Amino acid sequence: MRRSVAAAFLALGVCLAAAWSLLPAGWQALTAVKPEAQITASPAVWVPSPPTTEHVRSLLARKPFDRYLANSALVSLAATLLALAAAAPAASALCRMRPRARSRWLLGLLLVSLFPPILLLFPLYEGVRLLGLVNNPLALVLPYAAFGVPLATWVLEAGFRELPKEVEEAATLDGLGPLGRLLRVQLPLAAPSVAAAGLLTFIASWNEFLLALSFTTRESSRTVTAGIASVSGASLYEVPWGPLSAAVVLATLPVVLLVLLFERRISGGLTGGAVKG
Amino acid sequence: MSTVLARRARRERALLLSPVLLLLALVVAVPALRVLLLGFTRTELADGVVSSWAGLATHARTLGDGRFLSALRNTAVFTFLSVLLEVTLGTALALLLDRSFRGRGVLRAVVLVPWALPTSVMALAWAWIFHDTFGMANDLLLRIGLVETPVAWLAQPGTAMAALVVADAWKTTPFVALIILAGLQGIPREVVEAARVDGAGAFARFRRITLPLLVPSLVVATLFRSIQAWGAFDVVWVMTGGGPGGSTETLSLYAYQSWFRYLDFGYGAAIAVQGMLVALLLAALVVRLASRREEA
Repeated sequence: MRRSVAAAFLALGVCLAAAWSLLPAGWQALTAVKPEAQITASPAVWVPSPPTTEHVRSLLARKPFDRYLANSALVSLAATLLALAAAAPAASALCRMRPRARSRWLLGLLLVSLFPPILLLFPLYEGVRLLGLVNNPLALVLPYAAFGVPLATWVLEAGFRELPKEVEEAATLDGLGPLGRLLRVQLPLAAPSVAAAGLLTFIASWNEFLLALSFTTRESSRTVTAGIASVSGASLYEVPWGPLSAAVVLATLPVVLLVLLFERRISGGLTGGAVKG
Repeated sequence: MSTVLARRARRERALLLSPVLLLLALVVAVPALRVLLLGFTRTELADGVVSSWAGLATHARTLGDGRFLSALRNTAVFTFLSVLLEVTLGTALALLLDRSFRGRGVLRAVVLVPWALPTSVMALAWAWIFHDTFGMANDLLLRIGLVETPVAWLAQPGTAMAALVVADAWKTTPFVALIILAGLQGIPREVVEAARVDGAGAFARFRRITLPLLVPSLVVATLFRSIQAWGAFDVVWVMTGGGPGGSTETLSLYAYQSWFRYLDFGYGAAIAVQGMLVALLLAALVVRLASRREEA
């Protein structure tokens, strides 16, 4: 009897957790395919009948949304590669340090990652303007890489340190220098950590809003997060919720897929960074 | 011989660390110094933007600025409420994920989804959920019978803040849950088992054994989240824009407006520096706790 009560509570908890996590995004997805008349029905119509693609088409006609997506993909990918290229050598130096010095470095990196971005916003904008890079989405690459590099270093360092000592010794005996050791031994053997560090940086860059909003004013240079803010109609009372919902779905789909496919790596990377600190 | 080797190792290490240091110097250290200096200047709009040294005068302006004080209060309220909600929900979620049941792997992936979605984009989704006539929140509450008439969530100060807190908690609960879950999995099963054998009920086991052992994880999660919530921008900018009537304007929003709308660069820097002091103090606390653990 007590056993079945406990099982019922567990099932209830599972349902609540799943509903809480999925309902807000799900409601948006439903709106994205609802015919206009059902969006503004009261009481609300939950299940669209029949589902429609009119909002996606209206969105693409209204805004260069494919351009936003391409900009986001380009900037996030470049920032991820740059962050990994900087973090990997640092991680390989850190994992050979004495524990005391290493934990100082790691703590320093952790602090940098907690630094409120609003403090850096205006000076970064000044720099971008000075370089004539306003409205060039590539201006976002360097800041995004720097924002991602602390956590990427944490994750890679933890991955390198888990490799057996003998591997590193063998690499040294084979006459590999630090770069050869990194490229031929550490990175290939710690591939799961590289994937985790890359995923975390990519997702954070894809999601960044503050700099994207401030550095771009032209439609063609916007990333998805900044672009969506401009999809809303001219007046607050005339927000086209259908196309807006379609935009939300298109902007979030890539990260949803990444999470569902790589949940283990992402949570491992996140907690590795937070808990060991 | 050994000093030559040691010197070479040192040089090698410096070389390996230099890309990260360069990146952080360019994007974090130099801008941080710049904003600090900017706070000591006065910006005037005469024939273009003119800046001059002002000493502490610009910083002193916050003292008599009601808008700054109200932004400070809004930031404190938002941070306190959302972190409280996140840590509570995150702990509950972690306790659930720590049980073994069929489909746990799927649920772990599902509950991580909110964390990965762009805050600014989901803030739009939340604005739609809290829409007064067509929103999901009102529809559910009306159906259950918790409210009799639709609530204009984003049009009143108190409910607008509540909506922001819910949206923020939704997004960050998974992060808290992951930290707490890692803490839970570090608790030896034998300790909890022994208490069960001694006849302690489920609630007593949680209260007397699990919770005290979770304190370090709870502290880490609370500190991290408080620092981030204190600097919150995206969710507020998109959902309420600081309104209605400035009632949800946070310090980040006020600094942003001073820079990009009023072109008062010096004062914007003063707001950002003073406003973020709390976040920096919390970060100092992280360092103290971490170094204490290192000594222990």
